[in-house]
Amino acid sequence: MLKDITLGQYFPGNSLIHRLDPRSKILAVLIYIVALFLAKNALSYALLAAALLVCVAISRVKPAALFKGLKPLLFIVVFTALLNLFYIRTGEVLFSWWKLVITVDGVQTAIFMVLRIVLLVSSTFMLTYTTAPMALTDGLESLLSPLKAFHAPVHEFAMMMSIAMRFIPTLVEEADKIMNAQKARGADFENGRLTERAKALLPLLIPLFVSAFRRADELAVAMESRCYHGGEGRTRLKQLKMAACDWLFLLLSSALVVGVILLKRVTL
Amino acid sequence: MPTIKTQALTHIYSSGTPFKSVAISNVNVEIAQGEFVGLIGHTGSGKSTFVQHLNGLLEPSSGSVLLDGVDINSSKRLKAQARFSVGLVFQYPEYQLFEETVYKDIAFGPKNMKLGKQEIDERVREAAGFVGLPESVFERSPLELSGGQKRRVAIAGVIAMRPSVLVLDEPTAGLDPDGCRSILKNITDYRDATGATIILVSHSMEDVARIADRLIVFHGGSVAMDGTPGEVFSRTEELGRIGLGIPLATELALRLRELGTQVPASCYTVSQLYDAIISLRGGASC
Ligand SMILES: Nc1ncnc2c1ncn2[C@@H]1O[C@H](COP(=O)(O)OP(=O)(O)O)[C@@H](O)[C@H]1O
Ligand SMILES: [Mg+2]
Repeated sequence: MLKDITLGQYFPGNSLIHRLDPRSKILAVLIYIVALFLAKNALSYALLAAALLVCVAISRVKPAALFKGLKPLLFIVVFTALLNLFYIRTGEVLFSWWKLVITVDGVQTAIFMVLRIVLLVSSTFMLTYTTAPMALTDGLESLLSPLKAFHAPVHEFAMMMSIAMRFIPTLVEEADKIMNAQKARGADFENGRLTERAKALLPLLIPLFVSAFRRADELAVAMESRCYHGGEGRTRLKQLKMAACDWLFLLLSSALVVGVILLKRVTL
Repeated sequence: MPTIKTQALTHIYSSGTPFKSVAISNVNVEIAQGEFVGLIGHTGSGKSTFVQHLNGLLEPSSGSVLLDGVDINSSKRLKAQARFSVGLVFQYPEYQLFEETVYKDIAFGPKNMKLGKQEIDERVREAAGFVGLPESVFERSPLELSGGQKRRVAIAGVIAMRPSVLVLDEPTAGLDPDGCRSILKNITDYRDATGATIILVSHSMEDVARIADRLIVFHGGSVAMDGTPGEVFSRTEELGRIGLGIPLATELALRLRELGTQVPASCYTVSQLYDAIISLRGGASC
């Protein structure tokens, strides 16, 4: 049950998208988001949605997985849609009853806002679905490395992130195990009032913290005994390398921004 | 009537995702009241998955688990009942300790059963006695005990619920030989005193062969063999193929029999074999 968390989950695969350099994927998502915020009319949204669908198709990520990732956002999406629907009062009136007025502009903005959120979230999900967590942090470290000139602890930050990501599944598994062990002793995590349920979490949280500290300690010792001393002069087993298709991917993403800007002039 | 019966029990983890894995498939097992069963299999053969079905922690993907003839997954009440009547000690149970004191930790299960204070106290002392924990540790924090003692506290925490079936998942993993022996002795003592059914999970033959009446061998998620230790050990080759060895003393006894010596095949420890050989020589000790 705890295992059902999809946030940042990676779906292993070997598609073209999977094999792209993590840096080009991170940059492409950023460019895509810029394009999303520039999009103002139906045509440009259609263009952006089509681009994402092509990526989904190439990567063979199941659309069901994307929908599952979107589910927690359902409330925000619906809320945004309703807010825009009822608060925008310009344009031709489609429907009015008592104090509620729905206009053409309202409907249009509501649809665009929903599309914007869904595309934004889906594109970032595509990044984490097709990029292994370690590759993602390597990519981030490399992209942020110019900040080292300002003495920003970029390597330490990336290392912390990779360790955190590496241990999320381990801790989830551990939490699952401890939960089962306490359930076997009759612990009840599901029923009761809020205060009771909060108290019922103690038998889970205390052992979980104890073991997280133990693991942190063991990991620190293991790293030091292998002479880890920070990022200075450290080389990599897997060098990141931009290939031709990475540049092509970035070029296509940038083309999206240009396309959206050009489409602004087109009126339907 | 059998205490526990599984019918075509199958469990698939993460079904419907790319990570789906079939942990056990089509397991049919009947275990009668009072039996002492050893559950053996290589790591990953599905032992832990199987035992977590017995008290309803995992729900079958298909098939059913019957406790005294009723399906434990048929209602919430029956499932809650199964939690208490089938006590499950997990692998490395010391990682579940959380209370401030040993006493409170052992009392966690009985407290969840909503028993009275008097009754809880009685059970905690009794359970601590079974696993050989002195009263002097009752007020100490479980986190500052030694590994072996932590494990005893965790086992006592389950015994204190007085389950009629006690399931232990690799209770001796990671303990020194002395610790192993004394925990196994505690378990047999508990069985002799209460008549409870015991299911002991292990990947090592040496551990269970001596004390179990019956061995069930898991391989690749299904039952490969089921019988008395003697019956199972007579299939040495097959056991070897699935990565399990038989106890050294048994192997030696079997070889001696091949050579025409009349030692019984049911020798599981060196001292049993020693006694058998001595008695063959007419009891004359050298
Ligand atoms: N929580 C889980 N999620 C997914 N797969 C699991 C989980 N637990 C066990 N498995 C898989 O199920 C199989 C059986 O595991 P398990 O029952 O733990 O075997 P054993 O206890 O005999 O070592 C293994 O292949 C294991 O990888
Ligand atoms: Mg196991």
